[in-house]
Amino acid sequence: MAKITFIQHNGTEQTVDGVTGMTVMETAVKNMVPGIDADCGGACACATCHVYVEPDWREKTGQRNPMEEDMLDFAFDVREESRLSCQIKVSDALDGLRVRVPEKQF
Amino acid sequence: MSEEVISTDAVIVGAGPCGLFAIFELGLLDIKCHVVDILDRPGGQCAELYPEKPIYDIPALPIVTGSELTHRLLDQAKPFKPEYHFNQMVTELTKREDGRFELKTDGGLVFNAKVVVIAAGGGSFQPKKPPIPGIEAYEAKSVFYSVKKMETLRGRDILIVGGGDSALDWTLNLQPLARSLTLLHRRDDFRAAPDSVKKMRELVAAGKMQFKLGQVTGLTGEGGVLASVQVKGNEGPFDITANAMLPFFGLTMKLGPVAEWGLNLHENLIPVDTAKFETSTPGIFAIGDINTYPGKLKLILSGFHEAALMAQEAFHHIHPGERLLFQYTTSSSSLQKKLGVA
Ligand SMILES: Cc1cc2nc3c(=O)[nH]c(=O)nc-3n(C[C@H](O)[C@H](O)[C@H](O)COP(=O)(O)OP(=O)(O)OC[C@H]3O[C@@H](n4cnc5c(N)ncnc54)[C@H](O)[C@@H]3O)c2cc1C
Ligand code: FES
Repeated sequence: MAKITFIQHNGTEQTVDGVTGMTVMETAVKNMVPGIDADCGGACACATCHVYVEPDWREKTGQRNPMEEDMLDFAFDVREESRLSCQIKVSDALDGLRVRVPEKQF
Repeated sequence: MSEEVISTDAVIVGAGPCGLFAIFELGLLDIKCHVVDILDRPGGQCAELYPEKPIYDIPALPIVTGSELTHRLLDQAKPFKPEYHFNQMVTELTKREDGRFELKTDGGLVFNAKVVVIAAGGGSFQPKKPPIPGIEAYEAKSVFYSVKKMETLRGRDILIVGGGDSALDWTLNLQPLARSLTLLHRRDDFRAAPDSVKKMRELVAAGKMQFKLGQVTGLTGEGGVLASVQVKGNEGPFDITANAMLPFFGLTMKLGPVAEWGLNLHENLIPVDTAKFETSTPGIFAIGDINTYPGKLKLILSGFHEAALMAQEAFHHIHPGERLLFQYTTSSSSLQKKLGVA
C-alpha cells in the first residue's frame, strides 16, 4: 500500500491509496481522480494519462521506457518530469508519491 | 465529390471488430453491406489503440493480437464482398419517407440503405486538438488537423508539428508545394517510419525545409489568419513565421455525430433491447461498445453475439413476414454456397 497524491492544475490535492502492482493510472481511475482520461486503458497507446512527477520523486519513479517516450510525442507540454502514469507501477517505495495532473489531456 | 447515391441493403457505421463481424452475420442472410469508418483502415480500437497487444479472451483463440484479429475478421467477411469506405465520417443519418435510411459522410458520400448498423464503439476517432490558448480562432483558416485538399496549402508558410507518421508523411507531401515548410518536434527522435525520417533529413540538408526542436506555446495573428507561432525550445523561446499550422498529436475517441441522429442516448451510449439490438428507431441497430443494456460488457465477444442476433431482426425488417430458416454453417449447403466453400 502506498499513498499517492494527485495535484490538479488549480492546486487541489487528492490523496488516495495505491495498491502494490497496480499502476498509478489505474489508481487514479479507480479513485475517480479528474484529468486522467486513460483512453487506451493502460496500453501505452493514447498518452491521455500524462502526469508531471514532483521533483523529489523523479528518481524513485525511474526512467521512461522507450515505448512511453514515443507515446509522449502525442502529449501536450511535455517536460522533463513528464511520465505516462500507466507506465508507473505502485510499490512501497512510492509511498508518498506526488504527481501533477496537466490542465488538459486533450 | 460524387453526388451519386449508393443504394444498399445495410450500412455499417464503424469498421471495428463488431462492425466487421456484422458483415459476416448479415452476409449469411444475404444482406449486402457497405462499411464506413473515419479511420484509414479497419479494426477500430484494435487497430488504433493496441494492434500489437495480445487479446486472451476471444473464444477459441487463446492469444491473438489486435491486428491479427482484424485480419481474421476481414478474411471471414470476404466471401460477402463488403464495400469499405475509409477516411469518411458518417455525419448525417435520417429516415426517408419510404422507410429507408439516408446517410451522408463528410467526404460527400450519400447512402440509401434498408437498415443501418451503428457499430461506432467509443465514438469516432478524431485528431487531438492541442490546448493552445486561442487556437479555435485559427481553426479551418490557418490551423488544420487533417488535410482534405492539398491545394489549399499551396504557396503558404507551413508549420507541421509532431513526430509520428502523419507529421512526416505530410511534411514530405506538402514540402514541394509550400512556400516554406518547418517541421517542429519535441525531440530529435521519431516514431514515424525510418524511411520518411531519412527523406525529411535529406530535404533539410538540401535547404528545402527546416527542422526545429521545441513545443508550441502560443499563436499570433489576426482574424483567424496565423502570422507566427511561439515555441518553447530547449535553449529558450523562439518564433516561427507561419500562416498555416498542422498539429499531429494522434487521435482520440469522441462520440461525434452519433449524438445528433435523434436516437435515445443514455450517458453517450445507445440503449438497445437484448433480443434484437435495435435502437429507438426500428431498422437502426446498435452493436458493440456503443450500445448499452442491463449487464452489458464492453467485450469483443459480446459484440459478436450481438451481431448475430441483430442480423436476424435486420432480415425481418427487410423481408417482413418472411420466415427465416435457422441453419448451421457446418451442414447447410446454401450457407456454404454463400461462403464459397460448397
Ligand atoms: C487497450 C485495450 C485493450 C482491450 N482489450 C480487450 C480484450 O482483451 N478483450 C476484449 O474483448 N476487448 C478488449 N478491449 C475492448 C475492445 O477493443 C472493444 O470492445 C472493441 O474494440 C469494440 O468494438 P466495436 O466494433 O464496438 O468498436 P470500436 O473498436 O471502437 O470501433 C468503432 C469504429 O467506429 C468508427 N466510428 C465511430 N463513429 C463513426 C462515424 N460517425 N463515422 C465513421 N466511423 C465512425 C470509429 O472510428 C471506430 O473505428 C480493449 C480495449 C482497449 C482500448
Ligand atoms: S492509459 Fe493510454 S497511454 Fe497510459
